[in-house]
Amino acid sequence: MDLKLGHYNKDGIEVVDVEGEIDVYTAPRLRELLIDLVNKKNYQLVVNMEKVEFLDSTGLGVLVGGLKRVRAHDGSLDLVCTQERILKIFRITGLTKVFGIHDSVDEAIAARKAEK
Amino acid sequence: MATVEVTFTPLPAHVRTARLVATAVARRSGVDESLLDEVRLAVGEACSRAVEAHQKHCPGQPIRVALTDDGERFEVVVTDAVPADVAFGDIAAADEWPGGTPAGGSAHTAFAVAAPAGGNGTAPGAASAADAGAGADSAILQLPTGVGLAVISGLADDFRISPASEGTSVAMSWKRRSDSR
Repeated sequence: MDLKLGHYNKDGIEVVDVEGEIDVYTAPRLRELLIDLVNKKNYQLVVNMEKVEFLDSTGLGVLVGGLKRVRAHDGSLDLVCTQERILKIFRITGLTKVFGIHDSVDEAIAARKAEK
Repeated sequence: MATVEVTFTPLPAHVRTARLVATAVARRSGVDESLLDEVRLAVGEACSRAVEAHQKHCPGQPIRVALTDDGERFEVVVTDAVPADVAFGDIAAADEWPGGTPAGGSAHTAFAVAAPAGGNGTAPGAASAADAGAGADSAILQLPTGVGLAVISGLADDFRISPASEGTSVAMSWKRRSDSR
């Protein structure tokens, strides 16, 4: 399973749908998409990882890089993930403290709106 | 002798193949189904690390993955051709990891064992807890090498890094189910 990427705007927040495997081979494509979105002035991002089948530290690095970019514009990058095997990787690396991780896209958007 | 051995050119695209083979051999060796995701991730991390090291230092050399089922444990050894002192010179950047100290239980023990191989006493990935949450300030787009190793140490039952004949080998193992053949 390769990596499939899509994105759409909902309530002023850009939602990125990621499907498949994020690893050392595919992660550069996600990085390019996140950079492209930020360059187009999308600073409120939600990355939906519900269809991600595999995530390694290279993928984590890309997400952290995206977070760094949006924060430079006072933006945010939240994640949607309920899969235990993916969540485990965030826990092992301590990144649960860095990302807002939500159960659904709607919940992520609502949480972001509530913070404003 | 390894049960299965895979040799691949150091390209990111082949890391997935190594992961798939490792997972298949682990399953056949009787590693518990619940551990297969961990095997897959840990082997992927070790191979990604090796690919990055080879691309930087010796892109023409292959990477070797040896998968061994010795009856009690399933062991994976990923051997690269980059000497440990060169490879671990790359790890200093681990301090920039925004999550702070990786939570892998055996991480510090594992790195203490690993350190002499690199001739460097600094525990990679052991960033100060004060760094937690400082993601915006950390100038990383590519994560530091030490994080991949920290992930492995958090996943495998046993993990060690040692100098190989011409490079570095990362070995990790898991217990098999007792009832498997």
